[in-house]
Amino acid sequence: MKLTKLLRTSTFQLALVYMTLFATSVFILLGFIYWATAGYMARQTDETIEAEIQGLAEQYQRQGLEGLISVIHERTAKNIDGSSVYLFTSQDGQYLAGNLLAWPDAEIKEGWISFYLDERVAKPRGGDSHLVRGRVFRTEGGMRLLVGRDVHNLMEVQELVSRALTWGMGVTVALAFAGGLFMSRSTLKRIESINQTSREIMKGDLSRRIPTRGSGDDFDQLAENLNAMLEQIEVLMEGVRHVSNNIAHDLRTPLTRLRNRLENMQSHTHDPLQAQESITQALLEADRILQTFNALLRISRIESGGFQRPNQKVSLKELVADAAELYEALALDKEQTFDVDLHSDVEILGDRDLLFQALANLLDNAIKYTPERGHIKVWLERGAKARLVVSDSGVGVPSAERDKVFERFYRVDKDRSTLGNGLGLSLVKAVVELHRGRIWLEDNDPGLRVVLELPYA
Amino acid sequence: MRILVVEDDHEVAEYLKNGLEESGYKVDYAANGHDGLYMATSENYDLLIVDRMLPGLDGLALIKALRAAGRQVPVLVLSALGEVDDRVQGLRAGSDDYLTKPFSFSELLARIEALLRRGSIGSDVVTELKVADLEMDLLSRTVHRAGQEIDLQPREFRLLEYFMRHAGQVLTRTMLLEKVWDYHFDPQTNVIDVHVSRLRAKIDKNFDKPLIHTIRGAGYILREAD
Repeated sequence: MKLTKLLRTSTFQLALVYMTLFATSVFILLGFIYWATAGYMARQTDETIEAEIQGLAEQYQRQGLEGLISVIHERTAKNIDGSSVYLFTSQDGQYLAGNLLAWPDAEIKEGWISFYLDERVAKPRGGDSHLVRGRVFRTEGGMRLLVGRDVHNLMEVQELVSRALTWGMGVTVALAFAGGLFMSRSTLKRIESINQTSREIMKGDLSRRIPTRGSGDDFDQLAENLNAMLEQIEVLMEGVRHVSNNIAHDLRTPLTRLRNRLENMQSHTHDPLQAQESITQALLEADRILQTFNALLRISRIESGGFQRPNQKVSLKELVADAAELYEALALDKEQTFDVDLHSDVEILGDRDLLFQALANLLDNAIKYTPERGHIKVWLERGAKARLVVSDSGVGVPSAERDKVFERFYRVDKDRSTLGNGLGLSLVKAVVELHRGRIWLEDNDPGLRVVLELPYA
Repeated sequence: MRILVVEDDHEVAEYLKNGLEESGYKVDYAANGHDGLYMATSENYDLLIVDRMLPGLDGLALIKALRAAGRQVPVLVLSALGEVDDRVQGLRAGSDDYLTKPFSFSELLARIEALLRRGSIGSDVVTELKVADLEMDLLSRTVHRAGQEIDLQPREFRLLEYFMRHAGQVLTRTMLLEKVWDYHFDPQTNVIDVHVSRLRAKIDKNFDKPLIHTIRGAGYILREAD
């Protein structure tokens, strides 16, 4: 994995944002620690110096010049380690008392000063030259008093603290960066596996699936959803392939017959009677092909929402009565019993012509697939939704095929000997779904039961 | 009888023109909606055949304009669309019949004949229909042939009534479904033939001369002679 790619991942960028936030808070926290420790010590020093000057000034006021000098002598004598620094000079800068030899700066300033204890101002003590923080105080007579503290130790502490803080800061940033890289790496690896699978699928292997870890985390959920989507696409693709195969098969036969008839006509032009017969047959054949195409177009138009949602009030009782009356004649021709049970009326919102078409297809099927002297029954039921049931005593449909019969061109009898184009139930299903209903097949034992469930008006 | 065909597809127009002229109609032809409307309003036609999709002015707009101008000439719409909602739109726009492409010429001819005949019957209220020795009383809803009463189911009565009102005219299966059963659908099978043959069994079987005849490739006709 390339580093630039890693750095561009959103996980890494997110990690970077967190790192910045974290570093800022660490910085503020450490700053506070610094202020509370090293800063406190520095302030403490300043306060001590201030207090001492205050005390010396009072001495001067009470006991005059002599008194002050003696106090300074006393203090310098007590101060063995030289951590306290004193210098008292006259108006013209002459040394009067203290453990400093001369003023650290050529120019005498008043207020807070900092300076190094070099040979010029103090007796050498070996080691590093120490830094002194001090304050200059001017007495009434124009004399100056410098009181200071050696802050060498304080500086060391400050340096220690700030070094520790800098390191801490650095480690924080480094850890955050490394953590970000690590996290984005694992994210990237999983995304890469999704990408890899997608590329393979795009190359044409639709059976590929994205691997899951089984942990049920976000990525697994994403992978599962994508896999489910792929599953559906595969089924749809399979359906499309199936349909186009079937279109080719189902239309080749009648087209071949049509072609044969035309050829026959060509060679029998001398026999007008036979030519006439061939023409009639050819026209019938062409009509059948057109009918199949129309049915196909109609189904896809209903399915693709080319129809506005039907909204006429339709009485199912009336519709079933009309359809039954029309088709009963066919059943009676086959000496089948044809029972219609319509004791309850049911109104739904729909398109009466499409519903009639659906019902006609169901009745036509029932009569067609039921042998002579069989039984056909149609009835309505009122439940949570309206139910329309068509049952027959025919050969039925094996339960394994009950979903497939709704596919276009699917036929239970594979020899395609009976009339029909294999689109009847597909159309019924499309119509039912347009009406927000459901359709399924049940065993009528013997025979088949088709159940339509439609919402009430 | 003069018919105006408004159709932009030249081949279809030619096919219609030839076929209609062979059937004895005088046919004019317009290739777009504007010409069609101009010709329909400036000449006197007995019938208009209008394609739904036309360049310029579409078929439905043409019919609306024609009706707005007070022309009551029967109009038959041809359409490649042909789903129920389109049909409803077409009829609402003022057309009298609606035929979906592709159609068989016999279907078109039968419908033209029905439309032209309707114009000539007028709106007289008829209480009795009579073809040869077949009589129908629309008030008492009884049917007699040669003085003998024939018992008909309500739908059979309506079917026969439609036949008798259009005696001598070819009626296609689709026309019978639409007019007698009042549903626009594709019956898939010969269900209409079954009903016609049941009607035949009642009114023709025991009599010398059959009245209902099959026209091959087209439909049925009710008439006195063969």
